[in-house]
Amino acid sequence: MTADTILEVRGLRTYFFLRRGVLKAVDGVSFSLRKGEVLGLVGESGCGKSLTALSVMRLLPKGSARTVEGQVVLDGEDILTKSLNEMRTVRGRKISMVLQDPQTSLNPVFTIGNQLREAIVRRFKGSRAELDRESIQALRHVEIAAPEQRIGQFPHQMSGGMKQRVVGAIAISGKPEVLIADEPTTALDVTIQLQYLKLLKRLQRETGMAILFITHDFGVVARMCDRVAVMYAGRIVECGPVRQVFDNPSHPYTQALIASVPKMEGTDGRLRTIEGQPPSLMNLPVGCRFADRCAFADERCREAYPGTYQVGADHTADCWRLAP
Amino acid sequence: MQRYIVHRLLQGLVLLFMVATIVFFLGRLTGNPVDLMLPEEATAEDRQAMIQALGLDGSVYEQFVIFITNAFRGDLGMSIRMRQPAVDAFFDRLPNTLAIIPWALLMAMAIGIPLGVVAALNRGNFIDRLAGGIGVLGIAMPSFWLGIILIFVFSVELGWLPSGRMGGPEHYVLPVITLGAFLVAGFMRLIRSSMLEVMESEFVKLARIKGLSEWVVIWKHCLRNALIPVLTLWGVFVGNLITGAIVTETVFAWPGVGRLTYEAVIYRDFPLLQAVIILKAILILSINLLVDILYAYVDPRIRLS
Repeated sequence: MTADTILEVRGLRTYFFLRRGVLKAVDGVSFSLRKGEVLGLVGESGCGKSLTALSVMRLLPKGSARTVEGQVVLDGEDILTKSLNEMRTVRGRKISMVLQDPQTSLNPVFTIGNQLREAIVRRFKGSRAELDRESIQALRHVEIAAPEQRIGQFPHQMSGGMKQRVVGAIAISGKPEVLIADEPTTALDVTIQLQYLKLLKRLQRETGMAILFITHDFGVVARMCDRVAVMYAGRIVECGPVRQVFDNPSHPYTQALIASVPKMEGTDGRLRTIEGQPPSLMNLPVGCRFADRCAFADERCREAYPGTYQVGADHTADCWRLAP
Repeated sequence: MQRYIVHRLLQGLVLLFMVATIVFFLGRLTGNPVDLMLPEEATAEDRQAMIQALGLDGSVYEQFVIFITNAFRGDLGMSIRMRQPAVDAFFDRLPNTLAIIPWALLMAMAIGIPLGVVAALNRGNFIDRLAGGIGVLGIAMPSFWLGIILIFVFSVELGWLPSGRMGGPEHYVLPVITLGAFLVAGFMRLIRSSMLEVMESEFVKLARIKGLSEWVVIWKHCLRNALIPVLTLWGVFVGNLITGAIVTETVFAWPGVGRLTYEAVIYRDFPLLQAVIILKAILILSINLLVDILYAYVDPRIRLS
């Protein structure tokens, strides 16, 4: 852990304990997030991206899901060992999150102003008028027009894009050092997506917060992120600076993912896909999880999980072909 | 909004007509009230005179047409036993029933809602089952039994509370408990299931992300949303209370419309019974309309149309 690391996740394992068996949704995830950087976490649906985020926030769905192992070191403290009460003081203030679906992220029966004040009052104890002023300021900050009117409105009176801006305003109103954005643009119209990404980028530059940006879209990664971690079947298989990972993808899964991004020019009109299915998270292979879909797989890949090997400066991948 | 209300009122009118029809013909099925009203030594002439006086000499259909026509003018006939217009008899007693219904509703909510929240928070464990048990107890105990037990314990044995009749606040305690008890489970189950649903929603997650205390998350963000379906059923619950008042008021000798209904039945005072049922139907319809209008204020997403 270097001095500029703000969040470090080590060996995180979050399992679902179901009647049918144990579902290893997050199975040994490690990464670090540096102050002021944007780290992309990419992977297909069901690979454990969102669950990694929820494990870090300690907001796992009640009941069957549990983090069984690992450390989440935020600003020098392992927050997995904190009590739920201590965790409350961390959430919103040190680490916050933007959820995927703006349509359901805001409470339908309270005004925007009410929901913003709740968040703002945690760092700034003031009178109602002062809090309203802060709320208006927060809305203006996320580029919402006529914020004076908006604070008295209910979520259903706003568009999806606007709601997601409000969610953003709420999430950062405690001035957190780390923001987790879990596919914040997936539910938005394409034209609104770009605006939202630009807004996030601007906010990140202004506040200097670090962002863990979860997405399945490599295009978004290229636009938003400094570094990227590629996740497959509950593990991070490759991690490095965006440019390097794009130019020199070293894990066969990353290669296949990048190859399957549709391009405008030079194609035969076909969309590329990755053959096969990811392994069942209930019954994971002992070896490399991608082996069954990998063109380069051999005996070694099926016998044991590879180590994490250095590909370049700050660029690693979990693949036997990189073993020295 | 206005169109909606007019539409609902017209619907209500159709419904009332159906209620009136059913009540009228069902009442005729119970036999001729004249036999019950005359002393045993009455002659055939006495009987004929009474039938004529009560307008029972025409065919059932003629009687029905007269009944409906008068009903539209607000005349639901004379009570046979009380010798006063049935409508007046009803409205004389109504305030007494309305004096206990809100308290019974309030009591049922004050117990049922927290019980439902606690049950949802402890889903599947001992506390959940205990809360469910308390709720079911309210349904399982028939009000005539609960009422009598309460009178036995608190009036007869302990002598703390009066056993019946209207009076000061102490007279309200036992009837209100008896009347409200069977709604506790309704509120509890409704709140429990809607809380379980709401607690899974994304906005609750965002509330936690903000770092709000569990107390605020549960009792503000979750409960306010979980209360919406409760309001929908308010109309039904108030209807239940009006019906439930028949037994409770009879047990506690409470001079309300419930007891009036009971009296109308046992004395076969069919004009009164018809009037009571139709007026109760109007009451329940109005409450339901009121609840639907109120609904639009509680849930800002609803706009009546």
